[in-house]
Amino acid sequence: MPTDSLTISDRPVQQASARGDRTFRRLTVASALLIPLLMGGIFLALLHQSLPALKRFGFGFLTSQQWNPVTENFGALSSIYGTLVSTLIAMVLAVPLSLALALFLVELAPPRLSRVVGTIIELLAAIPSIIYGMWGMFIFAPFMANYIQPALGKTLGWLPLFQGPPMGIGMLTAGIILAFMILPFICAITRDIFSLVPNVVKEAAFGMGATTWEVTYKVTIPYGLVGIIGAVFLGLGRALGETMAVTFVIGNSHRISTSLFGAGNTIASTLANEFSEATKAMYVSSLIELGLILFIISYAVQMFSQMLLKRMYRSWSVGL
Amino acid sequence: MKPRPAAGRRLANLVVSSLATGSALLGMLILAWIVWVVVSRGLGAFNLAFFTQLPTPPGMEGGGLANAIVGTLVMTLLATLVAVPLGLMAGVYLAEFAQGSRLADNTRFSANVLIGMPSIIIGIFAYALVVVPLGRFSGYAGIVALAIIMLPIAARTTEDMLRLVPNTLREAALALGAPRWRITLSIVFRAAKAGLITGILLAVARVSGETAPLLFTALNSPYMMTSLGQPTPNLTVTIFNYAMSPYPDWQQKAWGASLLITGGVLALTLFTRHTLRERKT
Amino acid sequence: MKSLSATLTIPIMAADRGQAAAVETLTASQGDLKITTRQLHFFYGEQQALFDNNLEIARNRVTAIIGPSGCGKSTHIRVYNRIYELYGDQRASGEVLLDGNNILSPGYDLMELRRKVGMIFQKPTPFPMSIFDNVAYGLKMHYRLSRGELADRVEEALSRAAIWDEVKDHLRQPGTAISGGQQQRLCIARALAVAPEILLMDEPTSAIDPIATARIEELINTLKATYTIVIVTHNMQQAARVSDYTAFFYQGHIVEFGPTQRIFTAPTNKQTEDYITGRFG
Repeated sequence: MPTDSLTISDRPVQQASARGDRTFRRLTVASALLIPLLMGGIFLALLHQSLPALKRFGFGFLTSQQWNPVTENFGALSSIYGTLVSTLIAMVLAVPLSLALALFLVELAPPRLSRVVGTIIELLAAIPSIIYGMWGMFIFAPFMANYIQPALGKTLGWLPLFQGPPMGIGMLTAGIILAFMILPFICAITRDIFSLVPNVVKEAAFGMGATTWEVTYKVTIPYGLVGIIGAVFLGLGRALGETMAVTFVIGNSHRISTSLFGAGNTIASTLANEFSEATKAMYVSSLIELGLILFIISYAVQMFSQMLLKRMYRSWSVGL
Repeated sequence: MKPRPAAGRRLANLVVSSLATGSALLGMLILAWIVWVVVSRGLGAFNLAFFTQLPTPPGMEGGGLANAIVGTLVMTLLATLVAVPLGLMAGVYLAEFAQGSRLADNTRFSANVLIGMPSIIIGIFAYALVVVPLGRFSGYAGIVALAIIMLPIAARTTEDMLRLVPNTLREAALALGAPRWRITLSIVFRAAKAGLITGILLAVARVSGETAPLLFTALNSPYMMTSLGQPTPNLTVTIFNYAMSPYPDWQQKAWGASLLITGGVLALTLFTRHTLRERKT
Repeated sequence: MKSLSATLTIPIMAADRGQAAAVETLTASQGDLKITTRQLHFFYGEQQALFDNNLEIARNRVTAIIGPSGCGKSTHIRVYNRIYELYGDQRASGEVLLDGNNILSPGYDLMELRRKVGMIFQKPTPFPMSIFDNVAYGLKMHYRLSRGELADRVEEALSRAAIWDEVKDHLRQPGTAISGGQQQRLCIARALAVAPEILLMDEPTSAIDPIATARIEELINTLKATYTIVIVTHNMQQAARVSDYTAFFYQGHIVEFGPTQRIFTAPTNKQTEDYITGRFG
């Protein structure tokens, strides 16, 4: 039997362990604190810098279409309009396609194909916004001008939405490119939700003879509905703030056009285009007020989607 | 009871399945189209000069984007060095010490919101924070903007990865008498190493393609960077400027820069996903 | 079989005789008692999990703790190394005397406690590092050793855990590269390396195969000459094979305690008898 030679009589190492732990914990708390501080800081900085414009224009800023750097008369209406409309177009196109894609990845495709297509979708999400902008301006906009817009004009031209010269550059193109950008984003989250629905639930439905589509729309989607809505809002938030892709193809006009073929602007594209050239204080302040509006819209959308996603995950972990 | 016509149900299923497959094809088509365009137009710009020379005056052909390449690399690297340690520590707090505290909930919420915040807003913030007091555009402002974008991503990724490490591992180390900081650094980090690296690399990929936050912080410059306290050249703003210009030579260089960035980002994304996937199986 | 009046909690303090026939007290001399637990109450948040536990663990013997799932067995031994303090809402009150000193008092040196009290978990928990580094982890933390001494201690610990021959040529391989039973013995070696006096084993063989289980039971038999062992098990045959004393827990109370032989052949409490004969649990 081995003797107790493991009773070591060597000097034990002095550990300042309690002190070390306190310091470590303080470090982590400080780092964590940075984040909410940043949030608050951004809001305050935006607010502070837009005060001159806020005071000058007041509430009318939101309703005025004027945008005149020379007379220093600014209004956010066209930017807000453009932001909302381009995002709306993007959502109308992207949401059904994302759901369909997620359906494909989770239910229809064999595992290997699903992995490959899934990777392709992830790569699409990784492509930087400015690349979409380049491709949009040089390739897709001409494509729109030469094929899609004339076709739309012929078939739906009786609607004021689709009238006017097919320039390629404009609201519709911007909306479509935005759709391409947020599609992989919404799809990724929706795919995760679809695959989290417990197999037993789906099997019960399949076992009763339901088709794949019926299982999806009667079981899977209702099960994950809250999360899907959350994902949609996340995509919405992304589309609202998308800058470079939109800046290249929206045409940068501050007049609201009735036709989707016409040019427009979004808050983000205006900021991108005009900020570095704005020299006069009121100009800069108005631009920053635009930024403040975008911040508030984005914050509200994010908050809503967080709430939804949290509620879904919480109810699932109780149910599972 | 009258049964619902099976044919109708099958048709509905067929339509939806076709739509689903169609959207998959659409996704693949778009990616292929974009990659094809970027590669075919960008390759033409690649020559030795592109990588080694400085830009020529507007309208003159020749020259390259060596300064922009260096500028992007330097700013991305420095932003990473600032944001990642802070993000790691914040993530450690959220995963290891938080236990439902108000600060933790706040931090997590703020991080999520920040991640979804348009990067141009972050650019404006960095402008107000750094450019205005200093009185000029600078690389520092650009680095601050990029770091602010990376920080919440690093924090949330770290938290998610650390949470995946089973508690018994922590308990085993604690049972041996290890202090918390040692447990976190030597055991938990090591156990989560693959996931942490993936998260960081993906954040780097994301940030290296950003244009908006640099537009009015680092601005751009036709010269090689000498100090970060001056406007700093970078690839993304260069693409923006060159693409909007009327010079075909500049436009082609914009494609070259696009290819460089796209190639880097896609390679990094594929690499990290591939390694993480291997780890899982 | 004598049936007692319905006292669930049978204090076994030498001074409190109560049901003299039901309780076998340990030899009165303090020197034979390694851990003495007095009036231990334990809470998960608002919920109480242990009620007035009083228990004596004999030096250099194996004490088994048995009982149905959720009855507090693991909770009880996790007080002995205060590992529950990893979780903010868990707390204990009462006294736990280790060699006469109350380990629950705030002034007690926690790191020294955890060096003296080793813990083996239900699932093997090798650290994400090599076999050598796993065993060396605690050693490097508590002691200052030269490289040669370190290597010697590692070898000795692995030998004591009866796994040296199997891993001596693979010390640099990751701790996860060996089988489940081997991993568990690695964890035992890791615990032994820091020269503990007590080994707590929380269902150490429930996650590994029967052959590996037998080897570990053999190991326990060898180890008790040097260490005091407390083993939680839901496997009564294991308790009967391996232990000298057995405590039967039920819903957070200690129902009966005594020499294993007697508990399993002539339990004095009806609940004990029911559990052992399989009528519930």
